[in-house]
Amino acid sequence: MVEFALPKNSKITTGKTWPKPEGATNVRKFQIYRWNPDDGKNPQVDTYFLDMDKCGPMVLDALIKIKNEIDPTLTFRRSCREGICGSCAMNVDGINTLACIYGLDEIVGDVKIYPLPHMPVVKDLIPDLTHFYAQHASIMPWLETKTNRPAKEWKQSIEDRKKLDGLYECVMCASCSTSCPSYWWNGDRYLGPAALLHAYRWIIDSRDEATGERLDDLEDPFKLYRCHTIMNCAKTCPKGLNPAKAIANIKKMMVERTL
Amino acid sequence: MRYLTDRKRAQGMGSAGHGTHHHWQMIVSSIALVVLVPLFVFVFGAGLGGSYEEVLAYFSRPFPAIVTGLALVVGILHLMHEIQVAIEDYVHGLAEKLALVGVQALSYVMIAMVLFALVKLAL
Repeated sequence: MVEFALPKNSKITTGKTWPKPEGATNVRKFQIYRWNPDDGKNPQVDTYFLDMDKCGPMVLDALIKIKNEIDPTLTFRRSCREGICGSCAMNVDGINTLACIYGLDEIVGDVKIYPLPHMPVVKDLIPDLTHFYAQHASIMPWLETKTNRPAKEWKQSIEDRKKLDGLYECVMCASCSTSCPSYWWNGDRYLGPAALLHAYRWIIDSRDEATGERLDDLEDPFKLYRCHTIMNCAKTCPKGLNPAKAIANIKKMMVERTL
Repeated sequence: MRYLTDRKRAQGMGSAGHGTHHHWQMIVSSIALVVLVPLFVFVFGAGLGGSYEEVLAYFSRPFPAIVTGLALVVGILHLMHEIQVAIEDYVHGLAEKLALVGVQALSYVMIAMVLFALVKLAL
């Protein structure tokens, strides 16, 4: 059921303000969501100040600098720092994105950093993506074949391979799904843009022999048809992909096999 | 507290096996309304302002009566399906089922009223 207000224990309070770096002339303010499951307190927004002359250009650089030099308790996921692993997805300046490839120069004013919206929080900027990953697994993100395995390889024409462009690049960062209002309200049943983009990636793969079964599995008012073409997914995707188009193509295939 | 695996939660009760028909119905009725609504505005507007007898005579002609009937019936059905989606989006549990039944009942009553009024005018 849709909720219009946060539960009492989720209401955000003002947190600690850390001192400004001494002698710095190019100082920037960072407001970061903090929540610790062990202290029993409500979430809070802590304020940090960084000397930008001694900070890297990306949001992740600033977070690492804060963790290393100011507050080691600040918790966030990160790994590749080049937009490949999808670990550092968070809400920066109101947009779901990857902190490692989002430039601080793209943000006007104070930098506000929150975890991905509408997901349970594990700690600070770390959302619980268990259900998101399970939904991805449920679409069978692998090649399904019935024909005996060929001696060398499953062949694919250059044209058919091109159909996977714009789909295979998804790094499962969850930026799209957590920006989707339909996923917010019905995330338990709606697969969300990321899982559906992956579903389409396998449906459209010329080597896959489970197209019918894959479409059968998506023939559901909630799994697929909660997408109302809001397009937040395409707008927010840090990799520049278009999950809404993939979902529209699945719907088109559904109609094609019905008529 | 239920000890369900993540995969079990994600798969739920599986696919319902429908949804495409509703999607296709919405596309067809949307396209129909693109034609019917301007036509209805034009036809209904042309009948306005006349005396009681003139309006009766106007709607007893097949074209205005059929256009009015089609526009209102298709429009109400389209609205009913849209509201159904909105209810499914935002209301869950028993309230959802009651709201869906209520909207369908109200829509069919409205269609019956439209057709009754048109038949009374036309015949």
